[in-house]
Amino acid sequence: MKVEAKILIGLGVFFGLMCLVYWNWSLENAGGVMMFAAMLLCFLPGGYYYWWSRRMKARPEDDPNATQAGGAGVVGAFPGTSIWPFTLGMGSFFVVLALVFGIWFLVPGLGLVIWAMLGGTAEGRRGGKV
Amino acid sequence: MTDLLKPPVHVEDHGHEEHHGPTGILKWITTTDHKVIGLSYTITAVIMLVIGGMFAEIIRAQLATPNGTLVSLAQYNELFTMHGSVMIYLFAGPFAFGALANIIVPIQIGAPDMAFPRLNALSYWLYLTGAITMLSGFFVTGGAANFGWVAYAPLSNSLNTPGAGADLWIGGLLLTGFSAIFTGVNLCATIFYLRAPGMTMFRMPIFTWNMLVTSILILLAFPVLTAGLIMLYADRHFGTHIFSVAGGGVPVLWQHLFWFWGHPEVYILALPFFGMVTEIIPVFSRKPVFGYKGMIFATLSIAALSLGVWAHHMFTTGVVLLPFFSIMSLLIAVPTGIKIFNWIGTMWRGEVWFSTAMLMSLGFLFTFLIGGLTGIYLASPPLDFFTHDTYFVVAHFHSVVMALVLAGMGGLFYWGPKITGYLLNERLGKAQFWFLFIGTQAFTFPLYILGLQGMPRRMAIYPHDPQWKGLNDLSTVGAVLIGISTIIFVINVVVSWKKYPAGDNPWDGHTLEWFTTSPPPHHNFYRLLQIRSERPTWDYNHPGHRALAHGQHEAHEENDSEVPAS
Amino acid sequence: MQTPALPPQGATERARRWRRLRRAVALPLAALALSGCTIPSFGASPGVTSSSKSVFHLWQGFSIGAVIIGGLVVGLMLWSIIRYRRKSDRIPEQSQYHLPLEMIYTVVPILIVFGLFAATLVVENKEVANPKTSVIVDVNAFQWGWKFTYPGTNALVYGQTTQNPVMEIPVNTNVRISLTSSDVVHGFYVKAFNFSRYALPGVDNIFTLRAQNTGTFFGQCTQLCGLYHSLMWFRVKVVSQSEYANWIASFNNPAAEAAAKAANKTTNQQTSSIVPSKPAYTNFGVN
Ligand code: HEM
Ligand SMILES: [Cu+2]
Ligand SMILES: [Cu+2]
Repeated sequence: MKVEAKILIGLGVFFGLMCLVYWNWSLENAGGVMMFAAMLLCFLPGGYYYWWSRRMKARPEDDPNATQAGGAGVVGAFPGTSIWPFTLGMGSFFVVLALVFGIWFLVPGLGLVIWAMLGGTAEGRRGGKV
Repeated sequence: MTDLLKPPVHVEDHGHEEHHGPTGILKWITTTDHKVIGLSYTITAVIMLVIGGMFAEIIRAQLATPNGTLVSLAQYNELFTMHGSVMIYLFAGPFAFGALANIIVPIQIGAPDMAFPRLNALSYWLYLTGAITMLSGFFVTGGAANFGWVAYAPLSNSLNTPGAGADLWIGGLLLTGFSAIFTGVNLCATIFYLRAPGMTMFRMPIFTWNMLVTSILILLAFPVLTAGLIMLYADRHFGTHIFSVAGGGVPVLWQHLFWFWGHPEVYILALPFFGMVTEIIPVFSRKPVFGYKGMIFATLSIAALSLGVWAHHMFTTGVVLLPFFSIMSLLIAVPTGIKIFNWIGTMWRGEVWFSTAMLMSLGFLFTFLIGGLTGIYLASPPLDFFTHDTYFVVAHFHSVVMALVLAGMGGLFYWGPKITGYLLNERLGKAQFWFLFIGTQAFTFPLYILGLQGMPRRMAIYPHDPQWKGLNDLSTVGAVLIGISTIIFVINVVVSWKKYPAGDNPWDGHTLEWFTTSPPPHHNFYRLLQIRSERPTWDYNHPGHRALAHGQHEAHEENDSEVPAS
Repeated sequence: MQTPALPPQGATERARRWRRLRRAVALPLAALALSGCTIPSFGASPGVTSSSKSVFHLWQGFSIGAVIIGGLVVGLMLWSIIRYRRKSDRIPEQSQYHLPLEMIYTVVPILIVFGLFAATLVVENKEVANPKTSVIVDVNAFQWGWKFTYPGTNALVYGQTTQNPVMEIPVNTNVRISLTSSDVVHGFYVKAFNFSRYALPGVDNIFTLRAQNTGTFFGQCTQLCGLYHSLMWFRVKVVSQSEYANWIASFNNPAAEAAAKAANKTTNQQTSSIVPSKPAYTNFGVN
């Protein structure tokens, strides 16, 4: 976790410095705001990882001498197949078409999106199996 | 010997769809396997390359004469807009982080799948529907978007570009933009959380490293584009005046937003291909990548700097701070140079094997060198004033993107056998390489000269300077050669279909993907090995040939050759 | 495994190599310096304004650097793929790090970059300087043509697409251009000036030109502005100062004034209602 945290925080610090220089020099706001936001966006996960890295002992993947046996155990639940990504994708497609061709496309669009979110959540709760 | 340990990863495997899951098209639609999704991405992206390439051929045919009449002025504007958009948004990006990364990254770090398999599938569907949305612009009244791939306001507002084509362009970009963001989240999470035991950050293959940095850049940059697009849509349809002077808005703001995404995007496109080359060159030189840590440092500094250079695309607006963007842009040349020297250092004193993948990588190296060197000119405001929006710029970025195409083809030849289990025909591959490589140079070189002679880009006709015809013709010939190379590739795929079984490790590869079967099983590995360096498979196959630092040689090698690698 | 020949050691040998190297580098450089004017143009041309010439020299400087670095890299590349092409199944020495070497190719490029930056700054400051002058041209770009007005005089030139409106300016005089657009973004580009600048709606972009040769030069819009972008042409005619005075005076008659007024009206009707008032951005880095 330490390396991950360091990378993100390092990038954030760099963006912060760049933002300082830029904002003071150019007095142009758009770029300053965007670089500031980029800094925050790096600190958010970076800080989280840092916080965890101090409270957690090194994971097998951070241990240069780890054995494969050390990593044995459940990695996570990986769903086999799922129809919900496709449903959600099609829903988003219709929502975007509503932007172009008229509001009524929102009916199937939002319908599919909501259905997919409910279905996907339920699927996740049941542990990946539909 | 390095011991093999039995169960590598325990995966709670619900479904076992391989045995009793859905079949046929339903299987494709419901899959969450990163390899299948990656393959769908690959095929879709290559189709996009062909479509974008066809637009390019029409553009080049039109420009073969000063008063071309193949297409009208209006159609020409649509063509280069859609050429640029298809190539950048629908080919290069998705090919880089959707196609090969999706397949390779989890295997390279010893993970069973991406961290969020269903999100991964969603990314693909958003990409596919986004591509359909954007391309359907050709079938609505008014035609496709025609304001250039950068959509500068106020040309892109509803007054100057009414019609559904522009909205479809925005909609398509929104979908593919979210697709990219989701892929970025997914790759970050996968790399941070699903590495195999012993696969520390500083043992990850460079390709994976580059994909990590790319993903971070995606997460930083794409939201800005999405926000900009929503503002543009609001200006077009909800009567806001964010980008129009009339209502007190600022047109240049669009350029700031666009390029704040657009320049990191250049590296989002490039870094994955750098990564591919960095995998290919060491394997075909039979050496570890030279300066592994320097390479990572270079990638990270490119990422850091790339957020502070956006306005080098806006030097000629006259409203940006020139020296800041100039020095930042020039500085990016330094890490890029480090990479080039590292690639050469990798080949140095190696055993360089000219397989198709390696030839493509060498072609990349040369072409990218030219693109990079001409990029340095453009970082200098006075020289940019002079070449901006001329064909010099077109030539510069085509040197870069064609280098990426070369690298991508190399990636397909290199990893294709791993994904499909079958090799491609090397003869045809080499023919393809020469057509692609020579075509690229013949296509870009005249454009540099044309730009210096003052030919602006996005010109359907150039009646005032008919003497530009000769160079334009040469460029068109180059484009035709590139087209032929693509046809050879398609023929190659057909001809070698299931013909040359690859085996697990056809190239004597270094990284984990060459340890598993071709194609890899569901959840990627039957067994894993002890990871003790960034080349686990190489260590396993060649104990006693570990990477050395300067001054470390001989003695070490002599002594270790008998002793098992610890 | 055969060990690769180590470079000869020893102080004398090193000194000899160093001398040879110095000669190899110094000779061409000296030759270059002596024959100052024969530096190749690398595809560009000096142009006709004072700053276009500085830009051209900057171009040459960058090009020499690019050729040297590019040549070096291509040479190393060719050497490594020819000399080290696969000859056997031997496993080469697995060298991975060489810190001093890596430092060199990190630090040297940084120095080069700062050199390029310094040269850039010199030319840039010259190019964006706006010295005092009495000749001012207001350039207004619109879809799809140009309007040139000369504040304080009656002179006005207006033309659409291929009508080629001609902007007349005096030679050897600082001419201040105030560039804006009445609709979308356009690009003011004159090849002979080695210079371009956007015409942005809502912004007055100010820059100074000093032409050193007389003649008529082709100009064109370079920023995509819609359907007739390819045909948005104009000319710049650089004339002697007396000719310029005569030309300005020629507008001081009722007929010309009426024509100008008519043209002015058409332009304003033609172009949309978005007429620039105040610059929305300050011209940082420009003034
Ligand atoms: C098959 C090889 C290719 C050919 C022959 C080709 C040709 C061209 C030409 C002639 C233009 C200039 C059009 C104009 O300004 O009037 C152009 C523009 C462009 N190309 Fe390509 N191209 C090729 C491949 C690519 C690739 C692989 C990419 C990106 C990954 C790409 C991205 C672009 C972009 C972004 C533009 C600018 C579009 C605009 O001005 O809005 N091209 N291409
Ligand atoms: Cu850029
Ligand atoms: Cu134009």
